[in-house]
Amino acid sequence: MATRAHVATRKGLFTIEGTSAGWSIVRTGFLGDNCSAVTHDPRDGALYVALDHGHFGSKLHRSRDGGHTWQEIPAPKYPAPPDGWVGTPTMFGPAYEWNLRLIWTIVPGGASEPGVLWCGTSPGGLFRSDDGGDSWSLNRPLWDEPGREAWVGGGADQPGLHSICVDPRDPRHIAVAVSTGGVWRTRDGGLTWSLVGKGLRAAFAPPEQQFDQLFQDVHCLAACPARPDVMWVQHHNGIFRSTDGADTFSEITDVQPSVFGFPVAAHPTDPETAWFVPAIKDEKRYPADARVVVNRTRDGGRTFDTLSAGLPQVQAYDLVYRHALDVDDTGNRLVMGSTTGSLWVSEDGGDAWHTLSEHLPPVYAVRFEKRA
Amino acid sequence: MPTVRFTENLQRHVLCPTRDVPGTTVREALDQYFATNARARDYVLDDLGRLRKHMVAFVDGRQVTDRSGLSDAVSPLSAIDIIQSLSGG
Repeated sequence: MATRAHVATRKGLFTIEGTSAGWSIVRTGFLGDNCSAVTHDPRDGALYVALDHGHFGSKLHRSRDGGHTWQEIPAPKYPAPPDGWVGTPTMFGPAYEWNLRLIWTIVPGGASEPGVLWCGTSPGGLFRSDDGGDSWSLNRPLWDEPGREAWVGGGADQPGLHSICVDPRDPRHIAVAVSTGGVWRTRDGGLTWSLVGKGLRAAFAPPEQQFDQLFQDVHCLAACPARPDVMWVQHHNGIFRSTDGADTFSEITDVQPSVFGFPVAAHPTDPETAWFVPAIKDEKRYPADARVVVNRTRDGGRTFDTLSAGLPQVQAYDLVYRHALDVDDTGNRLVMGSTTGSLWVSEDGGDAWHTLSEHLPPVYAVRFEKRA
Repeated sequence: MPTVRFTENLQRHVLCPTRDVPGTTVREALDQYFATNARARDYVLDDLGRLRKHMVAFVDGRQVTDRSGLSDAVSPLSAIDIIQSLSGG
């Protein structure tokens, strides 16, 4: 049986399949359009893709036949702010408008709640759908949190909610991460939220604010599905691990060639294993020594293997964005795409990589089709 | 009734045929148009109901001045054109 994954790029959606004969691109869609996010819902097989049309705004499309045909569905929409609203100014200027800028991630809810989807956006709103994307509502408890108005843009102009981890044991337990705004968690399906993430450290901040949980620029948050209290963070400032469901994190230092990067992928069953893609910080953002490598730990972050077989090692400037690395249900297959249009797959946990293409548009997100 | 016309570039995303609709301002005319074509509204206006950043509206060849409220007056013989900038990337 083929293994399938979907690749969202600056110029379209690509579907890849792996069989005994190897991997290949088997379908293209939305060619020319900017695909900012893609997801596969293992509960019903639906596919969702977010398009950023620029002038015409961000849109959502859904396929119920594996990507053969698509239907536009409503995009999340921010409600009108209260009359006279001006908001609390951020450190960089006026409060951000209640206005959708980007759909950054779409995540299925729990197995026990078919039709529930969560959507993370810029300028930071978390949206929920109860009907497979036919309608959306802004999660007001998080949006109305006083701390939310202190969120700011990291590399982008506006803050973005990019990571949503739904606990497989209880879908009311959700952790989300924001660049820049730290890690937030709900235990009641989004009715109330707590700012968590003690131990995250922002080295770039003034000394008094380095451990301010609200100040943390989390690039990516991932949980081990079989042990959801084990969570990994690729942070602007480094790599962190939690064993208590994001309450506290321990910083992992001295990782070569760099602790900076954007994505992290957590092993589906082994809480000790995760993958990272290092780059040069801060604003330079290209692979150290112009060599593309993947860092894998199999012992909870105590040591890392720097994996390079099959990856370009000379004059390579591929950056891997935060949603552009994924691992499948087996924990053996990984897919990774880069800003310069390279796409690689590994069948052995990252020991060796196979190049599918070096000529795709810039890759924003890759997602395997997984089991329910 | 004023006539509302949309850029050809929008048509590949959502069909927006030219129509005559009642209204004495750009807002009234567009509200009438979008009442029967709700999908098109979100391609032209943002969540706050303003013209999207890179969209522009003309009334009889003159660019509208009120991009947020769309209060510019239109006459029964007016033509309202909705276009977008042609930047890409």
